[in-house]
Amino acid sequence: MSLKTILLLIPLLPLAAAAIAGLLRKQVGRAGSHWVAILGVGVSFLLSAWVLYQQIFLGMETQNITIYTWMISGGVHFEVGFLIDHLTTLMMTVVTFVSLMVHIYTIGYMATDPGYQRFFSYIALFTFSMLMLVMSNNFMQLFFGWEAVGLVSYLLIGFWFDRESAIYAGLKAFLVNRVGDFGFLLGIAAVLYSFGSLDYATVFAAAPGIAGKTVTLIPGMEWQWITVICICLFIGAMGKSAQAPLHVWLPDSMEGPTPISALIHAATMVTAGIFMVARMSPLFELSDAALSFVMLIGAVTALGMGLVGIVQNDIKRVIAYSTLSQLGYMTVALGVSAYSAAIFHLMTHAFFKALLFLGAGSVIIALHHQQDMRYMGGLRKQMPITWITAWVGTLALIGFPFMSGFYSKDSIIEAVAESSRWGSEVAYWSVLLGVLITSFYSFRLLYLTFHGQPRYRVDVGAGEHPPDGVVQHAPHESPWVVTVPLILLAIPSIVIGYLLIGPVLFEGWLSDAISVLPHNNVLEHAAENFHGPVAMAKHAIGTAPFWLMITGFVLATFIYQFRPALADFFKQKLPGIYRLLENKYYFDELYQKLFISRSVRIGRGLWKKVDAGVIDGGLVNGSARLMGNLAARIRVWQSGYLFHYAFAMIAGLIGILAIWVVL
Amino acid sequence: MNTTNMLLAAPEFWVLIMACVILIADLFIREERRGIIHMMAMITLVFAAIITVRGDYLSEGLRSATAFNGSFIRDPMGDVLKLFSFFILGIVYVYAKFYLRQFRMFRTDFYTLTLFALLGVMLLISANSLVTIYLGLELTSLSTYALVAFDRESKRGSEAAMKYFVLGSMASGMLLYGMSMIYGATGSMDLADISVAISNQDGDSMILVFGLVFLVVGLAFKLGVVPFHMWIPDVYEGAPAAVTLFISAIPKMAGFAMAYRLLYTGLGDLHTDWQQMLSILAVLSIVLGNLAAIAQTNIKRMLAYSTISHMGFILMGLLPGTADGFGASMYYVIVYSLMSAGAFGMIILLSARGVEAEQLDDFKGLNQRNGWYAAIMAMIMFSMAGVPVFVGFFAKWLVIKAALDAGLLWLAISAVIFSVVGAFYYLRVIKLMYFDEPLTESPIDAPVDFNAVISLNGLLMLGLGVFSGSLIAVCMSAFGA
Amino acid sequence: MLTLAHFLSLGAILFCLGVAGIFLNRKNVIILLMCIELMLLAVNMNFVAFSRFLGNMDGQVFVFFILTVAASEAAIGLAILVVLFRNRRTINVAELDELKG
Repeated sequence: MSLKTILLLIPLLPLAAAAIAGLLRKQVGRAGSHWVAILGVGVSFLLSAWVLYQQIFLGMETQNITIYTWMISGGVHFEVGFLIDHLTTLMMTVVTFVSLMVHIYTIGYMATDPGYQRFFSYIALFTFSMLMLVMSNNFMQLFFGWEAVGLVSYLLIGFWFDRESAIYAGLKAFLVNRVGDFGFLLGIAAVLYSFGSLDYATVFAAAPGIAGKTVTLIPGMEWQWITVICICLFIGAMGKSAQAPLHVWLPDSMEGPTPISALIHAATMVTAGIFMVARMSPLFELSDAALSFVMLIGAVTALGMGLVGIVQNDIKRVIAYSTLSQLGYMTVALGVSAYSAAIFHLMTHAFFKALLFLGAGSVIIALHHQQDMRYMGGLRKQMPITWITAWVGTLALIGFPFMSGFYSKDSIIEAVAESSRWGSEVAYWSVLLGVLITSFYSFRLLYLTFHGQPRYRVDVGAGEHPPDGVVQHAPHESPWVVTVPLILLAIPSIVIGYLLIGPVLFEGWLSDAISVLPHNNVLEHAAENFHGPVAMAKHAIGTAPFWLMITGFVLATFIYQFRPALADFFKQKLPGIYRLLENKYYFDELYQKLFISRSVRIGRGLWKKVDAGVIDGGLVNGSARLMGNLAARIRVWQSGYLFHYAFAMIAGLIGILAIWVVL
Repeated sequence: MNTTNMLLAAPEFWVLIMACVILIADLFIREERRGIIHMMAMITLVFAAIITVRGDYLSEGLRSATAFNGSFIRDPMGDVLKLFSFFILGIVYVYAKFYLRQFRMFRTDFYTLTLFALLGVMLLISANSLVTIYLGLELTSLSTYALVAFDRESKRGSEAAMKYFVLGSMASGMLLYGMSMIYGATGSMDLADISVAISNQDGDSMILVFGLVFLVVGLAFKLGVVPFHMWIPDVYEGAPAAVTLFISAIPKMAGFAMAYRLLYTGLGDLHTDWQQMLSILAVLSIVLGNLAAIAQTNIKRMLAYSTISHMGFILMGLLPGTADGFGASMYYVIVYSLMSAGAFGMIILLSARGVEAEQLDDFKGLNQRNGWYAAIMAMIMFSMAGVPVFVGFFAKWLVIKAALDAGLLWLAISAVIFSVVGAFYYLRVIKLMYFDEPLTESPIDAPVDFNAVISLNGLLMLGLGVFSGSLIAVCMSAFGA
Repeated sequence: MLTLAHFLSLGAILFCLGVAGIFLNRKNVIILLMCIELMLLAVNMNFVAFSRFLGNMDGQVFVFFILTVAASEAAIGLAILVVLFRNRRTINVAELDELKG
């Protein structure tokens, strides 16, 4: 098999699996569909690992292969092609590995769901789309993959479409992402406009040429053209990677099944934005302003979303806010030009966050779809494997020395400290405080779920839908299809940072994909001080992040293990802050106000009759209602009277005449 | 006029003869055997296509050839458009037969009128002088006026026909007025001569621009571009679905050809003038069409407004005045016709005996009633919305690129914004089909030929998208790009 | 001495009368048909005048085509009018407003 065939097989196997599981679902049955999907993704993982092996140990060159030329229009080539460098291979391996784990886990999690085959079809399709996205060698394929992962994500958020909230969440994700995608599309259009090509290699090679070009968007303000491009592209990343203020869809996306939360909304899809910016590093490097913007957005997200995580009670939402906050860390790293640190954190995060989500899922099955932590507690006895792996995941997340998260997060903090970019002080304090908060909410989650006394009771006769705090059967450890992925994800969560920090961060392993200008190279200093992972861990014990983490741990332990009343005490003493956090800074309300209520009020008066048909007919989103309201006004022009129509034509005629004959 | 000249117009002659034959044959065919008429019409189309493909003027190494003293032209662009007109009209006939039978309107008039309209479309596509343009246009229009009133018992049908007739006649009056100005300024009816005369002129071209404005108005009406679009929603809603299907799919291709011939072949030297006019009309159409469609509950009206916005996109392709741009525009018009045919085909499919499925609510829960039909409709809607991979995306992409080539960044940006707005109402249909409960459980059944054609139509949305290269190449090469 | 401008002015006036008639008249559909006819005749006037002053016959030939088409247009228009009247019992322009929005 030639290399090209192997590279083609990597995305196509999951696609084939998706087609079989989806189209032939009756023929292959439940077991058939999961075997097909697991086989497809499994082989794809092995092949990705093989490519990685070739690159690390046999020194395989970077591959830039064109598979198929779609069309050539006006000298622009639209192609499907692969750019296989270290960055791509790393992503491919992570994506396929996590995806494989999630596939196996799904057998247990979705065991009784009627949409079993459909689910496997979707996640295999997702794997395909994500692979196409990361393997792409041009902007168009990147955009296609980008849209495709989004599409599958909406489908999966709304997977249980008989739940009103799931449909709403799906629509919300769709609409918020429209905003991001719009920026992204503009960015791509700007790239095409200024470089005349969509090929990475061509664009990156030509990028320095437009460094000095400026453009006047608002009269009186000159913008660097490259800054405009980068900010547009980054707006796309903000949508996909849920950066404030476009983050509102991610917590709601938890309506989808838990394996999806792990795969799409933690480990892979939401990191596509991070990957994209890292991939575009040759462009972003040219614009300090855009990088500052990136960094500040990341800092706001990292700190702000972590705070919200403290007050959430839904186990999945806590992890979702933690994901938002960690994505913020990655974005900050991008903003200070520490692209490889961002990618490194992306990778470690993929493992430990998938682990945490799947662990949460395991708890949720045990408690019959109870997600509220107030009705959990003491599960460590019944679910030892889930408990231990959850500890592993938590330690990795808070950055405990020697765990994977420690190496990636500490590198980011160090890189931010080194940076002299405009606003980097703000970012530094944000990521530093974030450590304390991360540690606090993570241990809160652990204690509320696994420690203390059970806050639920077992009642065999409780019926199909028992009230909160009552379960029908005593919880017990999940089956092996659930626990094995947990264990397999726990291993990299512990060791991957230790093993890879040297090569990925300091030995320039990603330098074939990522370019950093010398004066921006914040990791250089860290590299000089780097004397192996053990030394780094030892050194960390004396530093601020470590003690902040310990403080978070102590606080959480004290409050949730010994003085549970303290939590309520703070809640009552600081009502303002508490309410602000509980309402997630009122973002939803703000969007509601801005786009929805006003137009609804006008709308009610104007077209009461079509109200039910149009508003409930799918225009759930606010801006859509604004448009709907405008539309209703425009409708009035179509009065039905012939003489009005004729008048419009004549007015049009005179209008054109006036402009071109008189002027 | 010699025989080679006549041969160039062989497809037109064939369609003319067959339209007359069908008109007469009706006298001898009893009502219950009217299927024969349908077969004859289909055969007409097949042979017309064969005759068109075998046109051997190209083999002589010519890019084009003219007949009838230069008033008729055969070129690759015309051939491609005609072939697609035949193909799409074939699709239209299959859908229409099902509809007409259900509504007890299966009369021969439908076939004769549509064939005469097709003849007009063909003439218009091949027109190379002001006279031929006018005659082709009128032949198409007169036939479609009559078709709109095809359901003689329908109040809304006759109202729509009257509005269409009055506005249409007024528009052709304006077009003629423009033609008279052009004639006065250049002293010729032939587009090639007009072009030469304009390039030889210097100085005062006031009268030319004056004429141009009127021509653009006539053209804009034909395409249904804001503010000359008012007839479209009313006619789409009022006419029987089979007729709307025809009107939405076939004459638009002629409209594009007419724009190309008039503006480029004839008035190419006034490019800067008409570029500005068309760019304003285009942006108005895209904005208004997409906005007004949101408020519609009647799917025929919704598609009417969506047509208006699509026409705006087609205009965008014309703006740069380059082969690439025209190719993009032609690609768009073909793709649009296919999408539109499919969408109205779905409306016809859901129309139960005697009641048209013209409300959006009729699409509720389609997935539960029949998953495959829902999938077809979803593909058509995705394509219309311009979702990547589907063919509609490439069409939008190419015309937006054309606008960028013409240096109209603002136009391209507003087109992108409003196609995002437009996505809402297309996706609403999908939401209704997949997430709502059906209003009726009655099974949907259709004849085999209908099922085959609508499946093909739906799959083309995806197939032409995934393998978009060949059709784009055909369109581009038709203009020598 | 009559110049081209005189004829063109007459044509323009007739054309404007026709156009104005279409959107000013709110009563009778038949008047609309007459207005349309007037517009076409105005155009014919233009063509004939241009043809005469350019010394080129094409314009006059076109006029014959226009006259023919105008006749068939009137036929179709009247046919639609008949259908309209049969269905709605009125030919009042202001009452043709069932289709709107």
